[in-house]
Amino acid sequence: MAKASTKSGAVAERRPALAGREIAAAAVRVAVLPPAERISLRAPAGSVSALSKALGLTLPTKPKTSASKGGRTALWLGPDEWLVIDEAGKSPVADCAPVKALHSAVDISHRNVALAVTGSGAEATLSAGCPQDLSLAVFPVGAATRTILGKVEIVLLRTAPDAFRVECWRSFSDYVFEFLGEAAHDAAA
Amino acid sequence: MAGTYRIGNAGRLTPARTARFTFDGKHYTGLEGDTLASALLANGIHLVGRSFKYHRPRGILSAGAEEPNALVSVERDAARRTPNVRATVQELYDGLAANSQNRWPSLAFDVGAVNDLASPFFSAGFYYKTFMWPKSAWKSFYEPNIRSAAGLGVSPDQPDPDHYSSRFAHCDVLVVGGGAAGLTAAVAAAQAGASVILCDEQAEFGGALHFEKGAQIDGQDGWSWAQATAAKLAAMPNVRLLPRTTAFGYYAQNFVALTERATDHLASPDRTAPRERLWQVRAKRVVIATGAIERHMVFADNDRPGIMLASAARTYLNHYGVAVGRNVAVYTANDSAYFAAIDLKKAGVNVAAIIDVRDAPSGAAVDEARSLGIEILPGRAVVKANGKLRVSSVMVEPKTGGASRTIECDALLVSAGWTPSVHLFSQSRGKVAFDADTQRFLPGTYAQDCVSVGACAGTDGLEATIAEAIQAGSDAAGKPGKTLKITIKAQEGWTGGMLGAAPGPGTTVKAFIDFQNDVTAKDIRQAVHEGMRSIEHVKRFTTNGMATDQGKTSNMHGLAIAAETLSKPIPQVGLTTFRAPYTPVTFGAIVNHARGNLFDPTRKTPIHPWAEAHGAVFEDVGQWKRAWYFPEAGEDMHKAVDRECVTVRKAAGMFDASTLGKIEVVGPDAAKFMELLYTNPWEKLEPGRCRYGIMLREDGFIYDDGVVGRLAPDRFHVTTTTGGAPRVMNHMEDYLQTEFPHLNVWLTSITEQWAVIAVQGPNSRDIIAPLLEGIDLSDEGMPHMSVREGKICGVPTRLFRMSFTGDRGFEVNVPADYGQSVWEALWAEGRKYGACAYGTEAMHVLRAEKGYIIVGQDTDGTVTCNDAGLDWAIGKKKTDFVGIRGMKRPDLVAPGRKQLVGLLTKDPKIVLEEGAQIVADANQPVPMKMIGHVTSSYWSENCGRSIALALVAGGRDRMGQTLFVPMPKGVIEVEIGSTVFFDEKGERLNG
Amino acid sequence: MLLIRCPYCEEELPELEFRNAGEAHVVRSSHLADVSDQDFEEFFFIRTNPKGIIYERWRHIHGCARFFNAVRDTVSDKFLMTYKAGEPKPLLVSEPAKTAPAKPKAAAKPRSRKGDA
Repeated sequence: MAKASTKSGAVAERRPALAGREIAAAAVRVAVLPPAERISLRAPAGSVSALSKALGLTLPTKPKTSASKGGRTALWLGPDEWLVIDEAGKSPVADCAPVKALHSAVDISHRNVALAVTGSGAEATLSAGCPQDLSLAVFPVGAATRTILGKVEIVLLRTAPDAFRVECWRSFSDYVFEFLGEAAHDAAA
Repeated sequence: MAGTYRIGNAGRLTPARTARFTFDGKHYTGLEGDTLASALLANGIHLVGRSFKYHRPRGILSAGAEEPNALVSVERDAARRTPNVRATVQELYDGLAANSQNRWPSLAFDVGAVNDLASPFFSAGFYYKTFMWPKSAWKSFYEPNIRSAAGLGVSPDQPDPDHYSSRFAHCDVLVVGGGAAGLTAAVAAAQAGASVILCDEQAEFGGALHFEKGAQIDGQDGWSWAQATAAKLAAMPNVRLLPRTTAFGYYAQNFVALTERATDHLASPDRTAPRERLWQVRAKRVVIATGAIERHMVFADNDRPGIMLASAARTYLNHYGVAVGRNVAVYTANDSAYFAAIDLKKAGVNVAAIIDVRDAPSGAAVDEARSLGIEILPGRAVVKANGKLRVSSVMVEPKTGGASRTIECDALLVSAGWTPSVHLFSQSRGKVAFDADTQRFLPGTYAQDCVSVGACAGTDGLEATIAEAIQAGSDAAGKPGKTLKITIKAQEGWTGGMLGAAPGPGTTVKAFIDFQNDVTAKDIRQAVHEGMRSIEHVKRFTTNGMATDQGKTSNMHGLAIAAETLSKPIPQVGLTTFRAPYTPVTFGAIVNHARGNLFDPTRKTPIHPWAEAHGAVFEDVGQWKRAWYFPEAGEDMHKAVDRECVTVRKAAGMFDASTLGKIEVVGPDAAKFMELLYTNPWEKLEPGRCRYGIMLREDGFIYDDGVVGRLAPDRFHVTTTTGGAPRVMNHMEDYLQTEFPHLNVWLTSITEQWAVIAVQGPNSRDIIAPLLEGIDLSDEGMPHMSVREGKICGVPTRLFRMSFTGDRGFEVNVPADYGQSVWEALWAEGRKYGACAYGTEAMHVLRAEKGYIIVGQDTDGTVTCNDAGLDWAIGKKKTDFVGIRGMKRPDLVAPGRKQLVGLLTKDPKIVLEEGAQIVADANQPVPMKMIGHVTSSYWSENCGRSIALALVAGGRDRMGQTLFVPMPKGVIEVEIGSTVFFDEKGERLNG
Repeated sequence: MLLIRCPYCEEELPELEFRNAGEAHVVRSSHLADVSDQDFEEFFFIRTNPKGIIYERWRHIHGCARFFNAVRDTVSDKFLMTYKAGEPKPLLVSEPAKTAPAKPKAAAKPRSRKGDA
């Protein structure tokens, strides 16, 4: 068999889930966010500073917090786990690759789909299916957590008093989108 | 006028705002703000239903949620038909259509009422005694007849077109009940800065202030104060007011479930709005202010329409402006009923007499009634009510016996006193305590962070209630707020009350205690005489308190009669446990969003749209939709699968394997971890190579399997079964975190990061080659069971050379969003080489032809590696892995275990049924000794015959034996053979 | 729905995010392959199933994903405390003497957290 090269010239096209979908209700807008680069970063405490340096932001070490810088956000998901999202087109995988300190950086850019829930009814919309207390006092701007929405798991990040980023696995995005749609229409109450 | 019994100047509704409605098809007019019950009463209608067991005519007992009698069906349209709606709770709207239940042919003439005449046969425990014999009659006679007679109301026969929503809420203080106590507690808590939710089951806040005219609070009458207070609360940003909302369940750690009825009171509700909303509230502290429920008097024929609770008659008059009769009598053991007589008398209604079982009632209310010229008959009892469809008179006798007197009346107001509503307190696991002085159960020991205030706590009098509520509210807020001062200028004083049957003949008459289940005082006594000692037994034997009203008006009466009959004090007989829900809850509210598409997530692969566009038939695999087969024009499933199977082996096939579980195992100890989690050896697997791995549970049985590729010394790409993905991940995390935490390795689910396209068949290499960059596809460069990273169609790929068909094959992993595009490119190449798309059914057949097992189909959680013929996959030199000891248990190594074998039917055309049992001797008597069962069975077009896999006891020692599969249509002969039916030497892997 | 304090998230969170994982402090032998049938039976099949205080494992599966241990009263369904995997089994005052005391543990980093008693 010959050495491989693209003889056909075919170039794959990216087709994100839910592309272009949006829900506009009286008090809430649910929009699908564009694709982003993401890694699941796992590391012991001793590697945090080296990885922070490589990623260009300080990895948060407090539960339910996140850190954001230059279009890149790191969400604390567990004591040795972060979700790093890069919306500026830079690759966190590549940034972690040279780090010698113990860690695991796995590309999950395509695993997750992100939705923005914004508006005065955003908190009520999420409270239709999320059992956590999402009031500003308990879940302030920047708060991040893995949790439940209805029957599926999500990652929730508060980006503003009336705005949340919801991340879920790709195949659950239909469910999450439809759930948020129903909830958004009931969010005025 | 909206009804001839409507009284001018009484009530709080606006006479001009009428609402039309129908009851049993007849047209009536009521007022906005009416309940169906008040509107019916305004039109002089008391008869609204028939009782469940005896079909006795029944009227309206109460003005609230405790109503046992006035259950009707409300029909908005064909799909919106709600049975068993309490007329006392249903708010009137223009166009409301209600029908009575449990009657045929009509409410006034009901054939089922024959049960009333036959009632001596239907005594307590009737069901338990009567249907015992003959045994054969149960199925043919008793059950069908009981079923047709059972149940109340007719359930709708169409899907519920409404939708329901849900909300989790968190607050510092949840106040349940919006009467004087609840409103006050809410204000006190809110002023101290607490976040407060206040709910009340009624449309308007006020509770007993709906009827209690004698209250003067903060210089206003009680009702006006309540409305002003509610308005004040509504304006506070830290308060959420929920009217029409019932707290129906009190669960652990102050988790309280509420249902809000959002649209049932509207004439033309917005259909995009939910009909009901389920609130799941977590409160730091709960204030229970649920009030008390009035009890009726227990005497002969006390269920006649027109007999109702005194407080209800007062509510109908003072709130709705409706007189419940023109000539009413009162029968009471409590002062509170006097206020009903006084209010009615003042409104111009004739009060025939107040019959009081107490010998010398006294106090302000008694004095006022007397001064209004109302005849008071103390020390007397009503021994019978006359009138069938409506009370017409009552027979009154001195308690001690003597001459009876008949008093004409068209309504009889009754009160045996008040039962504190300790339902929610009891649900919270608090223990009630019996207060002997006042003969009532009150909150005793608290189990959760909650407090009861007002009537539900046994606090009598408005002044004491308000003081208690202020304290509870500010305590609940945790910090003192603005000092709340509420002045009480006037309040009603109520004393008295009785439990159990009133004096009078008790042995033969029907003196009802539980109206909804038709339980009489006599039934309770009989239960005791037949040996029931505990109230739990009495309850079940008589069904007292077991109807949908949960005995809100009847429990205490039943308990008192049982105690009296047993000659025991009430606490020794015990109180049955209160359970959620407090009032019936719709399934809609409980299910809320989880209907239709949201019932369960439907997971689709990135390639799903292509499969759909190409006519795939899908099957459900867990939550996934997987392409099952791709029929071409004129093909049925059988033909499509045959074609797909043949095409794969002849040319090539493409299969969407994206649903396979995938886990990336990363870290310097990755191989060590793999050694511990899988039976196989991994340390020596070279990067770039793959291995089929088997995972056991600690019990030694096969848990999962899959191909694992080593991408680098510290990085493995593990695949799992589709269905096993989440539990395998959990299993691995469990061992990593708790048994092997010393290992430096991490697990990440990458199931959904990668779309997986299996390209299988002799032409597979030619199909993928033109699209690849940087990967040498020669057999030397990329042998069977190897993995490479490179690019396909310009995007990253992890390319596996592996086969689940037995033919040369590849699995192309690409980032999910590229999955469909790469599939399309491969499809274009594949068409040049005669490839087809194939689904899960062909995949199953092709792997069975090779004897490859499917975990969960050929194994069932009790199959060992040895049973499955997979001993080769166990690393013999390993000293530890999960399952290493379990698999050596005596029973797991004993001879005679079921082993996986191939089965060939003697008639090659017969396809066995999966799950069919196998016997050695088809002529043995039934029940036969079963020695195995079929796990997989298909028609194999490639083999030109049927093939099957089976687990058979000692199967590998039975090669060539003939066994039998007895089926309803005859016995099928089978021969045991190898599990590999096609290409036994495995030459096609490189073919 | 219970509230469970996750020792890693340092917060009480709704039960929906958690999953029970069976009894805690069951020791998996470091030489499991060689244990007797009886020892394996003890290890694999026998559980205390007490009425009262139970030591059990939970996983904050839809949260930080950590396994941890909890002490719960099976009668009241109340959590008495939760603690991280690997921390020693706490001794509670209210606990009947029968299940205590635990053996003194070695100072070295435990190989097994689940089995750490």
